[in-house]
Amino acid sequence: MESRLLWSFSQSAALLYNPRVSSRAAFISGFRAELPILLGTIPFGLIYGAVAVSQGLPASMAIGMSSIVFAGSSQFIALQLLSASAPMLVVVLTTFVVNLRHALYSASIAPYTRHLSPAWKWLLAYLLTDEAYAVAITHYYDTSTESPHKHWYFLGAGLALWGSWQISTAVGVFLGAQIPASWSLDFAIAITFIALVFPALKDRASVASALSAGLVALLAAAAPYKLGLVLAAVTGIVVGLVVESNKQGSRGAGAQG
Amino acid sequence: MTLWLTLLFMGLVTYALRLSMIVLLEKWEIPPLVQRGLRFVPPAVLSAIIFPEMFRPNGTLDLSLGNARLIAGLLAALVAWRTKNVLLTIIVGMGALWIMQFVIR
Repeated sequence: MESRLLWSFSQSAALLYNPRVSSRAAFISGFRAELPILLGTIPFGLIYGAVAVSQGLPASMAIGMSSIVFAGSSQFIALQLLSASAPMLVVVLTTFVVNLRHALYSASIAPYTRHLSPAWKWLLAYLLTDEAYAVAITHYYDTSTESPHKHWYFLGAGLALWGSWQISTAVGVFLGAQIPASWSLDFAIAITFIALVFPALKDRASVASALSAGLVALLAAAAPYKLGLVLAAVTGIVVGLVVESNKQGSRGAGAQG
Repeated sequence: MTLWLTLLFMGLVTYALRLSMIVLLEKWEIPPLVQRGLRFVPPAVLSAIIFPEMFRPNGTLDLSLGNARLIAGLLAALVAWRTKNVLLTIIVGMGALWIMQFVIR
């Protein structure tokens, strides 16, 4: 008797959460899939908010940036540039370079959103952060779950991250106002970046990229309009490409010789 | 006012990048060179921020042991390299900075 109840319960639960069955289920599924990832982004939101305020950015702007720009790494970098009074053009240009990867995400997801209405496309595009993209594209690639509702999954994941980013940013802003400037919170950005750069140093080309960019940044630190950052980034990208193609070239020669 | 305008343009640029393939340039392929170059954006951009913060904290090159940020940064780098743990790196880095600033003061 009990096992039968359990069975029918689990059946209806499966239907309830089966993303194939309804858009609502897909949305919830996407939302839940994003939860572990947004746990990792909460500290960044807190740090961002606190640092923004400690650098004198008005709370409204710090919080506003999180919905107007909605891109963590470029928000961090913008804080650096703004505190150094970099001109608008440099800030926007740097934002462009730092966020270029989103075009790649856009290209990768476009085949799956092709059939959607313009409203859906524009909404999902707004939510296309690293973290939402990772979850959404995994679900799209998973051919074992065929469903017409995958864009709801994407929406769930995207909104989960959006909400969490807004909240953690706001809390960070609130906390930051309580923390004295002598705590050097602005260095927290550099420390966070140190933590993030090491996993990205996977091969000789990326190490060369990092070292050359860092060196140029040091040399060009006195450059006008804070252009040193963009110069360093471009140098790093070029060096990375050169080292990478050198390696492939010598490998090819070795195979022939 | 200009600050809000800056935010607006930052937002537009970012949104345009996200929207690019989904709506605007649906038929356009990203050139392979650009795709290859994109993976170097994180190491390049992150290093471009890190190096000046550590080696030129007050605008001038400071490689001395008195440069608390340099020491804290190197410690953080060690932790990041060995443990790949973001939270630990931040704790060690900021902790080291605070301890040194407390001692130096």
